[in-house]
Amino acid sequence: MTRRLSLFNVTSLVFGFAFLYLPILLLVVYSFNASRLVTVWGGFSTQWYGALFRNEALMEAAWVTLRIALLSAGLSTVLGTLAALALTRYGRFLGRTLFTGMIYAPMVMPEVITGLSLLLFFVAIGLDRGFWTVALAHTTLTMCFVTVVVQSRLMTFDRSLEEAAMDLGAPPLRTFFAVTLPLIAPSIVAGFLLAFTLSLDDLVIASFNTGPGATTLPIKIYSQVRLGLSPEVNAASAILIGIVTLGVIVATVLTKRSAARAQRQSH
Amino acid sequence: MRRSFAPWADSSARPLIRFENITKRFGDAVAVDNLSLDIFEGEFFCLLGPSGCGKTTLMRMLAGFEQPTAGRITLGSADLAGVPPYRRPVNMMFQSYALFPHMNVEKNIAFGLKQDGLPRGEIASRVEEMLRLVQLERLAKRYPSQLSGGQRQRVALARALAKRPKLLLLDEPLGALDKKLREETQFELMDIQHELGMTFVVVTHDQEEAMTMADRIAVMDHGHLVQVATPGEIYEQPKTRFIAEFVGDVNILEGNVMGQENGLWRVATPSAQAPLTIDDPDEVLNSGQAVAIAVRPEKMLIQRDPPPANVPNVLTGEVWDIGYLGDWTVYRVKLASGAIVRVTRANASRFVENPIDWDEQVYVTFAPDAAVILAE
Amino acid sequence: MAGRSLSRKWLAALVPAVPYLWLGVFFLVPFLIVLKISLSDTAVAQPPYKPVFDWNDIVGFFSQLDVENFELLVGDDLYLRATLSSVRIAAISTILLLLVGFPIAYGMARAPERHRSLLVALVILPFWTSFLIRIYAWIAILKPEGLLTQTLMGLGLISEPLNILNTETAVYIGIVYAYLPFMVLPLYATLEKMDDTLLEAALDLGSTPWRSFWTITVPLAMPGIIAGSLLCFIPAVGEFVIPDLLGGSETLMIGRQLWSEFFSNRDWPLASAVAILLLIILVMPIVIYRDVEARRLETER
Repeated sequence: MTRRLSLFNVTSLVFGFAFLYLPILLLVVYSFNASRLVTVWGGFSTQWYGALFRNEALMEAAWVTLRIALLSAGLSTVLGTLAALALTRYGRFLGRTLFTGMIYAPMVMPEVITGLSLLLFFVAIGLDRGFWTVALAHTTLTMCFVTVVVQSRLMTFDRSLEEAAMDLGAPPLRTFFAVTLPLIAPSIVAGFLLAFTLSLDDLVIASFNTGPGATTLPIKIYSQVRLGLSPEVNAASAILIGIVTLGVIVATVLTKRSAARAQRQSH
Repeated sequence: MRRSFAPWADSSARPLIRFENITKRFGDAVAVDNLSLDIFEGEFFCLLGPSGCGKTTLMRMLAGFEQPTAGRITLGSADLAGVPPYRRPVNMMFQSYALFPHMNVEKNIAFGLKQDGLPRGEIASRVEEMLRLVQLERLAKRYPSQLSGGQRQRVALARALAKRPKLLLLDEPLGALDKKLREETQFELMDIQHELGMTFVVVTHDQEEAMTMADRIAVMDHGHLVQVATPGEIYEQPKTRFIAEFVGDVNILEGNVMGQENGLWRVATPSAQAPLTIDDPDEVLNSGQAVAIAVRPEKMLIQRDPPPANVPNVLTGEVWDIGYLGDWTVYRVKLASGAIVRVTRANASRFVENPIDWDEQVYVTFAPDAAVILAE
Repeated sequence: MAGRSLSRKWLAALVPAVPYLWLGVFFLVPFLIVLKISLSDTAVAQPPYKPVFDWNDIVGFFSQLDVENFELLVGDDLYLRATLSSVRIAAISTILLLLVGFPIAYGMARAPERHRSLLVALVILPFWTSFLIRIYAWIAILKPEGLLTQTLMGLGLISEPLNILNTETAVYIGIVYAYLPFMVLPLYATLEKMDDTLLEAALDLGSTPWRSFWTITVPLAMPGIIAGSLLCFIPAVGEFVIPDLLGGSETLMIGRQLWSEFFSNRDWPLASAVAILLLIILVMPIVIYRDVEARRLETER
């Protein structure tokens, strides 16, 4: 039987989504505010975007963040995919429980703990804090998320496809690259994007592990925000939101199209 | 034992349930179209029809999950309009059984009783009684996921019966069971209904199920009632070709009415050389009218030798297929007209000398009162 | 041939070995170091703790360990209050999240099937935008002269500016806002799977819609309720950004305490001890959850 939406259902959906989106929307709108006072509307202006791009410290931070995010997301995608394969394809191996624990723990552990422990580790081995330590820290955190995303795809994966490839004479490695990898590719891309945004977004772990010359955008924004609202931060936020929204839309369209293509091919 | 039970034939009897000009629309689609129907106390009533005929909608209106777009449903003397499901003295056994997965058998059966606020002791004794009725005493503490399909069906039945509703609705009650279990359960349901003296309304698409269990069957199609009658009447006197074909196997011979002789209809058909003679006095037909003659396969005789000249309704053809079913043998005979008729013969003895074989020329005959005329 | 199959075996072993080693080095070892440092003394020199490893002096290493940082934690009621306050704020936030998230998840589950994936995407989308920015957005709304006050005063609902920013209320709003997807998605997953005929059966057996909600819907949604609550409660206890930006100086939370021990007081051993304490608090709900899950699976089998 068809489910029917009651008035209560509709109301809770409307209020729920308003709650989720109104603050973001206000932020974007007020980034075009001419007034220096962030909460008083003083007419439309794009001046803060100009100021933002002339703010060299902020631009430098953005560039560092982007490089860290790309590097750590790339690394964590490889590591996470390997981990997902290990968890789904290797059955019981020595220390599997510990391995699973190490995958899930960083995701639920408060970031302050992860950040602190990695910092103490880097100090202990005498690695100077900076770009690399932040990238390594982010890789460790985000690879767990990649693992979960890829693992959920692998669990629904039809193993008979691989068996068919091997039956037709493809050795394991070639089977992996010719059959498995193309089929799980969307989840790997999704995992990469997730890792990328998590790295882009992180304040706490980066704060603990950063050093001279490796100030990331969140750290920069955070220190400005602590001093009070800043229209430049509004502009920076609006740009980030725009990029993410665009990215999500592109990703959705791409996966829809590839899903449609897969459907057509399977018929 | 209940041969004399026929309240529908008694004009003074008051029905338990009365549908009056019920119409139900979902958007543009009409699920039930201006339907009127009476169901009497103590009846085992079947709503039979193909999927999408509106039978389930009719039942859900009775349970209170759907409201009629127009018309009135009364139960006893109460109008059911606007009465929510939880205030109706009607219970339902769901097609999926809808057993609560987080409650054990006992708790499932007690659920409805708890809603009525019955004292604890009474609930316990009623649950025990129900468990005994469906023979599940030993499984009281099990969870639905630990039961077989047949056991789940019994729990669902016990749960719906526990409140002793005036009316029990059963939505495809045997649909999820395998064939053998289904047959056994049919008889069990009949026994339980008889024992409790309750009114049962069953929705099913399985004509065999309906024929076995029901006092009366309502055949539905496209939101209409096509025929409401006892299983015997439905089978032997189907009102339309749809019913004749939906209930049981039937051979349909198309033809045109020539006239009436001695109260018997004469019908010309391309399937036979001589006109057919049909004894169906209730039909009112005009000369030249196109009709369909419906004959059940078991009412046809098949023979190798030509019948005497005075035997009516002779069809000739050759044996196209033979299916041996153990109790029956089915012959598919291709007539000269190209039509194929199905003839069944009971295998009354174990050995038949010189049986009819494939490709043999045969004669198929049937008595005038074996056939029904269906006006097109 | 033998050589090839041997190298293939090595290759196959690399698949689990590489991520295993990585996590061992960058997660397990650091974690053990925190444990060790929490048991060592503050040094005056920089970096502000004594050297961790001296491989030649294992005996000395262990003999140096002491629990004085933990004694300090237990003795100083600041940490006790911060801990209790964190747990309380996280618990209240989790209840609020349930109250806000359940109707949304329920509405999503009852929406027509063709709209459901869009609704799920809409719940996830904010999660992809920066956490920091989303919290930052609330500052402008909750400020005394902020947008909420402006709106409510404009509507004539209040006459005095609201003082929400830098209070615990602001922290609740922030946590509910930031963690809502984590509550809604698990709830939605269980509610969406729920068989509607179970509710019909309950109604049919005489249970009112309100009672059916409590006897059928809520128990069946329990896995989602527990998962969502844990996903929100655990990170909320250790939350730093939200109390720091929205909570003002009075909001005591242990994540914030750790941060200030580390960055302001530069007492790394004490910060480590706080981290261990925080972990111990968080391990409990997980253990309880696993226990409950195991028992549920047991009874169902």
